[in-house]
Parts: sequence; structure tokens; C-alpha cells
Amino acid sequence: MSDATKTRGLTRRGLIQGAGAAAGLAAGSGAITGFPAIHAADPVTLRYLGTAVNQSGEIARKVKEDLGITIEYIPVVTDEVSKRVVTQPNSFDIVDTEYFSLKKLMPSGNLLGMDAKRIKNADRITPVFTKGEVAGKKIGDQGTAPKKVFYLEGQTSTKFAGSPTEWITLIPTTYNADTLGIRPDLIKRPITSWKELLNPEFKGRASILNIPSIGIMDAAMVVEATGDYTYPDKGNMTKAEIDRTMKVLIEAKRAGQFRAFWQDFNESVNLMASGETVIQSMWSPAVTKVRSQGIACTYQPLKEGYRAWATGFGLPKTLSGRKLDAAYEFINWFLSGWAGAYLNRQGYYSAVLETAREHMAPYEWAYWMEGKPAEQDIKGPDGTVMEKAGSVRDGGSFEQRMGAVACWNSVMDENTYMIRKWNEFIAA
Amino acid sequence: MTTALDQAASSLPEAVVPAAPAAGLRSEERRQRRLAYLQAGPLALVFLVFFVVPLALTLVVSFWEYNEYEIIPAFTLQNYADVFEGCLSGPDLCTTFRTYLSTLKFCLLGWGFTLAIGFTVAYFVAFHVRSTTMQTVLFLICTIPFWTSNVIRMIAWMPLLGRNGLINDGLTGLGLIGSPIEGLLYSDFSVVLAFVHLNTVFMIVPIFNSMMRIDRALIEAATDAGATPWQTLWSVIVPLSKPGIAIGSIFVLTLIMGDFVTVGVMGGQQIASVGKVIQVQMAYLQFPAAAANAVVLLGAVLLVIVALTRLIDLRREL
Repeated sequence: MSDATKTRGLTRRGLIQGAGAAAGLAAGSGAITGFPAIHAADPVTLRYLGTAVNQSGEIARKVKEDLGITIEYIPVVTDEVSKRVVTQPNSFDIVDTEYFSLKKLMPSGNLLGMDAKRIKNADRITPVFTKGEVAGKKIGDQGTAPKKVFYLEGQTSTKFAGSPTEWITLIPTTYNADTLGIRPDLIKRPITSWKELLNPEFKGRASILNIPSIGIMDAAMVVEATGDYTYPDKGNMTKAEIDRTMKVLIEAKRAGQFRAFWQDFNESVNLMASGETVIQSMWSPAVTKVRSQGIACTYQPLKEGYRAWATGFGLPKTLSGRKLDAAYEFINWFLSGWAGAYLNRQGYYSAVLETAREHMAPYEWAYWMEGKPAEQDIKGPDGTVMEKAGSVRDGGSFEQRMGAVACWNSVMDENTYMIRKWNEFIAA
Repeated sequence: MTTALDQAASSLPEAVVPAAPAAGLRSEERRQRRLAYLQAGPLALVFLVFFVVPLALTLVVSFWEYNEYEIIPAFTLQNYADVFEGCLSGPDLCTTFRTYLSTLKFCLLGWGFTLAIGFTVAYFVAFHVRSTTMQTVLFLICTIPFWTSNVIRMIAWMPLLGRNGLINDGLTGLGLIGSPIEGLLYSDFSVVLAFVHLNTVFMIVPIFNSMMRIDRALIEAATDAGATPWQTLWSVIVPLSKPGIAIGSIFVLTLIMGDFVTVGVMGGQQIASVGKVIQVQMAYLQFPAAAANAVVLLGAVLLVIVALTRLIDLRREL
């Protein structure tokens, strides 16, 4: 970083620290009084672009109550988020996007590096993001691990920095470790390895997700589990490695291994709940949803580890003035605990664990984060019982789950080739 | 784009001049002709802006280069080379041919069934139902499925066809089958079933319309001349319903060719379709590759329509 930027940053920092502290105070106090007067006088609306996953009405309502900021959700699918950021950067004020998308988003120059000094809890963000560690232990960093794309060289730079800087690409909202979902009542034996996904025993009853960049990594986990091949980086394959992985998938498909492929949350829930499939790649809340229908479904931890993902807030370069202040204020509020607790209670993980803990009951924290048996019924955000007292979270504690991450969702250098091969797989 | 629009705009009035024969027209006729062009103008403009320009852009972009986050206006044939990768070599069919073959198969099956069902229904309503009120009522009933979205109409099949669905449960309950029939859902069968369900109406409407225009005296004449009902059907009604059949066929074929939602949902995403390939490429910001595929698809659809119009001169029949 040049000296010029440093000075600029420093002067502004001084100016902003006061404002940030005031905003933090307002958010922290939670009382009706203490809003920055400006918001009360002239309400700000933030257009929040993201997938529907994180866009809850509860959060918007609470933000309005605490900060006076109106959140206007623009819910689209993951791919559409990236498309919007690249092609219509003026159509939103804050974006919630996946870290793996950053490789294509940052070069477009449409996102701004976020000033760490304006993020009150920036230094309390879990080391999963900043260092790639859980409880002091390094975790898998294959693919687009957030630590590789967390910092920028400068505020308007499009290059990721190798070491921590004060410019952050995305402030984490949610992240999780993904694995296979299974129907224990129909499989009736323990499942311990990714290779079971392509085990002929489950012919016609397995499924994989039809999102090429994620599907191929699940397939790579299977290939490694069978001992066929060990990838230097599953998240960034060479053409030969893509060919090898696709060959395995195509053979399985031709042999009738897959019942269907799924593309969205509800499809995966329906496949599993209806018994069309008994083993498939799945997302955590989908497993919860199947279970809430009274159907046994396990988010099975596997010995090869998890495939992780993370999303975070980014700001468009065009944002300025009051809206920019409001965006920072919203992000600070988001990290201050209420939202984190809300997300943790759905099975996701939040960026600043300590603040979220303050907003969770001890028994909730013990169940969701420490992997302990639930002391009482675990309720979802809407009050429905998600888990009965005594049950234990699949995969255990935060350390056990995030600590066993093997790779991260990613965009490969050979992405174009991979997409072509994936289309070939679908046509096979 | 501005230049394209400007050019088009400037060429519009000019087109009037060469279109009109230079000599031998009285000024009155010429004035009327100009008026006609003016009247057609608004529609031409709409077509230009919403059809010609986007199509031209698609064509142009299909020759551009791209990377993860931008499209680069430099001429390349790579996108087309990628579309047809491996099509000229190797013992296996390439992805594109395989995909088009699969699409073609669904086109033919869908077209065959919708034609058979659509023609029968239209024939019944047009010739066997005597009262006009009843005809209208029955005709409206045909459109009732359109009151719900087509995705819902597709998904509605799932509880019926699934492994533990109504049909399988029913058949197992009756002891007719030992284990569930897997091929009912997420198979070619379910895709064709959905296509027929969704598209038959597009066959019924134009065929019914053609049939209602048939002069009933012709049928009487055929009967008087000693034709059997089948002969009347084949030699009188079918030829006179041809325009309806052709229009219905164009509807159904183009709908099926460009479809990816039905194939995706009913085929369990396991069956390739051209539309799906394009959608995946769009999702990954590979616009030029998607544009190249779209142009190839457009070419394929145009070929089908040209073939159809070869069979029937639509303009004359209408």
C-alpha cells in the first residue's frame, strides 16, 4: 500500500471512529432512544441483493426497529447475484454474496473494499475467515477458502492481498460445512465415507446437485474417498483432473446411480422426504426441513471432511454519502449479535460468535455450537420445535464441524472447460 | 446499438420509395400506399426494437470473446467451435448432437401425441357437439388448466408418479406389481407426459378453428357421394384442417425445442436440453457461449419451420 492511501485512511479513520462508536452504541444499547437523529428525521432504505437464504423478514423488522433503516430485499438465486453485481452494480446498495464468486466479482471493479476501521467487530470475526483456523488449528483450504480472498490490497484495488490489510472484500454473514444427507431409516447401516454416494448399493436412489461448480467438488470428494486419486486442489482442477472426475460421474450416471439431480433447496427436500433418494448432497436447513416433516434424515458427518461455503456483505463502488453510512451501520448491527443468534439458531454459523452468544440462551448455545445434547426442545426462529430435548446436532460442535472442513466452494481457473464437461455429463 | 437504430430508422422511410413501382401510379394511389406504410410503422418499430435489435446483438455477441467477468468485443469463432467440440471426431456422439437428438426425440413424441389428442378433441367438439353453447363451454374447459402456472401443473404429477406416489402405491396395493415402477418419474416417459399435458391445448385451438370454417355442405356432399366416415375424415376434414394442424405444430415444436424447465423438472435434471445448456452458461456469465448456442438453436428451429411451411403454404391456406 502506498503512503498516500495510508494517510488518507488515517485522517478519515479519525473522523469515522466517532461516528462508528455512536452507531455501535445505539445498536448495542438496544433501547428506543439513542438513534442517530439523522435517521429518525429522514429514513434510509438499503436495497439488499442476495439469495433468499439470509433475507428474513425478522431481520428486516429488527433493523427497522433498532436503526430506523428500511431493508428492501432483492431475492435472486446465487448465479443471479453475481450477474447483477457484474452487469448492474447500480441496482443494489448492499450485496450478500458467496466468497467463491469474488474471483469473478472483484476484477469487474464494481465492489468496494470495506474499511475495517469502520467495522466495530472486525477484529472479532472468527479466524475461519481471517486465518483459516478453528480453535488455533488450520483447516482445509482447497478451493476458494475465504482467507485467500478476504483482504484487498487497497480500497479500490481488484487484487487480493496475501496478508491482512484494512480493506475487506466481504464481511461474513453466514457460513457452514456441507456434507451428505441420508435417510437412516431406509439405509439401515452406518455411512462414514463420501464414496457411499456412488456405491451401487444405492443405485437409482442417489442424487447430486446440478450446480456444476459445487457438484464437481462433491464428486471429487467421492473420487478421493475411493482412493482413485488425490487432488492437489479439488477447488482448482486441471483439465485432466476435470476429465477424470467427469468420467467417474458419467459412468455412474449411465449405470443408473442417480435418481435425479437437484438444483434448489425445495427439490432436495422433496427428493429426500418422498423417499426418491436415500443419499444425496444436501444443505443443512434442507435436512432440518425434512426432519420437521417427521421423517428421519441425518446430516451425516464423513471421515473425509466437509465441503464448506461462506457468504458475506459487499458494498458497490457507487455507494456514497448517507447510504454508505447506513450500510456500515447495518453491517455493524449485523455483527452485534441479534442477527448472529438468529442465524445460528437455523444451523448456520455467524461471523462474530461471541456477540451471537450473548443473544442466545445457554442451552441453545450448548446445542448449536458445543454439540451437547439439547437440555430442552430446540425451537426454530418461528417457534416451531426443530429438535426434541436430548437430541444432538449432527456432526457435533462448531470446532468439530468447521474444524473438519476439507475444501471450500470455488470457481476454478478452468471454469469454462468444466461447465462444458458438466453439460456433457448431463447429456450423457 | 445507436448506430444500428439510426440506420434502421433512416432506412425505414427510404424503404417506401423502392417498394412503390416508380411509374404508372397515380398520386392518389401513391398517397394511400404511403399511408399504409405509416400505419404499419408502429408495429415495425416495436419489432425492430424488441426483436431485430436483440437478435442482432445476440448474433454479434456470439462471436465475442469472454472471461470470468467480462465479454470482450473481439471476433472469434471459438464459441461455435466449443458448441461443436468433438462432433467431427471420435466414435461417440458429441454433446451438442446428443442434446439435439434428445430434444428432437421429445419434439416428435410430443408433437405426435398432442396432434393425435388435439385433433380428436377438436374433431369431437367441432363435429359431434351440436349446440354452439355446448361447444363454447367445452372449448373453455380445455383452457382451464391454464388457470394455474405450468410449473405447478408439472409438479402436480410428482405425487402421482413418484416411487411412493399414488399410482405405484395403488398398483402395489392391488397386488398388480411387486416393486414400484421406477420409470414413471424422472424419465423420458414423465417428460413426454408433461409435454403432452402442457401443450395439447396449443394444438386444439388452431385445429378447432380450422374445423369450424369447414363448410358443412362438403361433408354432406361426401356422404351423399358414398364416402364412409373414415374416407370423409381422411379426404375432406384432414386436408381442410391442415392450416390449423400446421399452426398447432409450429406452436408445439417451438415450445418443446426451447424448453428446459419441463425437461429439468420432470426429467430430474438428468436429461439434457438445449435450453438448459444455455441457462447454465448464462448463470456462469458465459454470455458469448450461450449466445452461440442460442444462434444454433434458432437455426435448428428455423429449419423445422421451413420444413413445415414446405409441406403447407400457410399464407395461402389462411
